[in-house]
Amino acid sequence: MILQVEGVGKQFGGLQALSDVTFDLPEGQILGLIGPNGAGKTTLFNCINGVYSPTTGRVVFRGEEVTGSKTYAMAHRGLARTHQIVRPLNELSVRENVTVGACFGREGHGLHKANEIADEIMAFVGLAERADQLAGSLNVGQKKRLEMARALAARPYLLLLDEVLAGLNPSEIAHMVSIVRRIRDERGITIIMIEHVMHAVMNVSDRIFVLDYGKQIAEGTPEEVANNPKVIEAYLGDPELAERLMSE
Amino acid sequence: MSGWRKYTGLIVTLLIVLLLTFWPLITGKDITRETIFTILLSVALASSLNILLGYTGYVSFGHVVFFGLGGYVGFYLLSVQGWSLWIAMLAGGAASAILAFLLGKAILRLRGGYFALATIGVNEAMRAFINNFEPFGGPVGMTLNFQVYRDYGGPAQALWLSFYMLAALTIIVVIISYSVRMSKFGLGLLAIREDEDAAEVMGVIAPNVKTWAYVLSAIIPGILGVIFFFKNGNIEPAPAFRLHFSIEMIVMVMLGGQGTVLGPVLGGMGYQSLRGYLLTSPLFKNIQLAVAGALLLIIVLFVPAGVVGWLRQRFPALRRVLQ
Ligand SMILES: Nc1ncnc2c1ncn2[C@@H]1O[C@H](COP(=O)(O)OP(=O)(O)OP(=O)(O)O)[C@@H](O)[C@H]1O
Ligand SMILES: [Mg+2]
Repeated sequence: MILQVEGVGKQFGGLQALSDVTFDLPEGQILGLIGPNGAGKTTLFNCINGVYSPTTGRVVFRGEEVTGSKTYAMAHRGLARTHQIVRPLNELSVRENVTVGACFGREGHGLHKANEIADEIMAFVGLAERADQLAGSLNVGQKKRLEMARALAARPYLLLLDEVLAGLNPSEIAHMVSIVRRIRDERGITIIMIEHVMHAVMNVSDRIFVLDYGKQIAEGTPEEVANNPKVIEAYLGDPELAERLMSE
Repeated sequence: MSGWRKYTGLIVTLLIVLLLTFWPLITGKDITRETIFTILLSVALASSLNILLGYTGYVSFGHVVFFGLGGYVGFYLLSVQGWSLWIAMLAGGAASAILAFLLGKAILRLRGGYFALATIGVNEAMRAFINNFEPFGGPVGMTLNFQVYRDYGGPAQALWLSFYMLAALTIIVVIISYSVRMSKFGLGLLAIREDEDAAEVMGVIAPNVKTWAYVLSAIIPGILGVIFFFKNGNIEPAPAFRLHFSIEMIVMVMLGGQGTVLGPVLGGMGYQSLRGYLLTSPLFKNIQLAVAGALLLIIVLFVPAGVVGWLRQRFPALRRVLQ
């Protein structure tokens, strides 16, 4: 198991954003994390990578307990993530952004080697021709790819993707989905992806985990989850989404 | 890019500093030397501050505390203990570095305006402490026995010596500033400046990196304090911890272009030339600080990137030359 989440809960004041979330993630899998808005998906990522310290429970990464570690310590251990709301280093070039990932991530390369890695990664995600542009000048789709590139440049064992498809047009979505699949297939990186674009996440994930009001309500293969009455009910507020779920 | 062309940005900046240094040597006039002394001091202080302000994005309003503390420690060793200038300089730099290290652990956790406020508090607290610290002469300060200058070839020679030392330190600061800018450490600083949380998520150990940037930005001001007050012949709390000197340093960095190597050099030169003019103009003599404040406001509002930053945006072809 590359990641074990055991009874993790997180409280913000009176709000129980997560309660008793438990799952194991074997190496090499793509786990889809879905749930309505405000279900606690991003909070779960934050508890795993150290942005928040969980109120209860434990997180075990590659056999070692890491509950409440600092975010940089998690990065050094081989965990990388993207942000739902992109956080480009605006005044730095795209290449510099990606180089930061390679310099300070798991392998901690020197500048020279980090630049080579950055070149390779930028080509991989399709940002090579933007290398010398300032990150702040990219459009949304490109910024999403930059988030991905920075995370990949760290050569992580586990990659947390938070809605990398949101705000992309259909052709960009197709491109991004193929990138996600190749990250696992070619680089052997384990992935958890939070996603609202159902057909994409159902398609690319080996397993799906469903959160609703901070609680896990279902877990299984995409088919199992799509036919789970609880899941359909959770999405009933959004009939269109339920329909899309069923049609998978 | 190969060979020296890779270092064009550094070479341009160093040439400017060297030009300034040789000017009084050519004219041989004391007045020119004094003018250039003030300018080089500003350039060196602004370049030091830039490591924290420009690269790391932390505004230190009380940076003069390192100049003052270094000056005091060095002056005490020189005048009371009778140590040599060289050791006094090292001690002044070390004292400032240690203070920055301790402060780094304590106040660099604060973000934005809170950090800036804390630095002002530190400077004021240090001034109050020194004011009551008898070994350093309390409110009266200390005065150098004229005999001390004899070891350095007499008072006139000591002035030239101070000038050479300052010039050498300015060159060292520029090289440090450039090396930091081009290094992995510097990249970590820039990442922190842009988004500290995101930088940490990518693995930058921000608390450590920030502390080292703070220490690096404090050492040279500490040494400069020793040279300045050695040349001055006496030291008192008020001129050593003059808050508005701190603000002027910020104006210089912002004017030239924060986060660039050349910016603080041009900013220091530009600001001191302007100030020299204001001091001699009867109209502006009394409001030079108000002018500095207004200037800061104008820069922040209209050219936040400063002269060098603006030129780099406007003329991308110049980027290799202006770093
Ligand atoms: N720092 C915080 N302080 C207080 N409440 C928070 C904080 N972060 C998240 N929350 C709350 O926790 C709940 C879960 O938020 P979270 O961002 O994890 O949802 P999500 O599943 O990622 O939603 P979305 O699909 O909209 O991104 C929400 O009610 C949110 O308002
Ligand atoms: Mg979210």
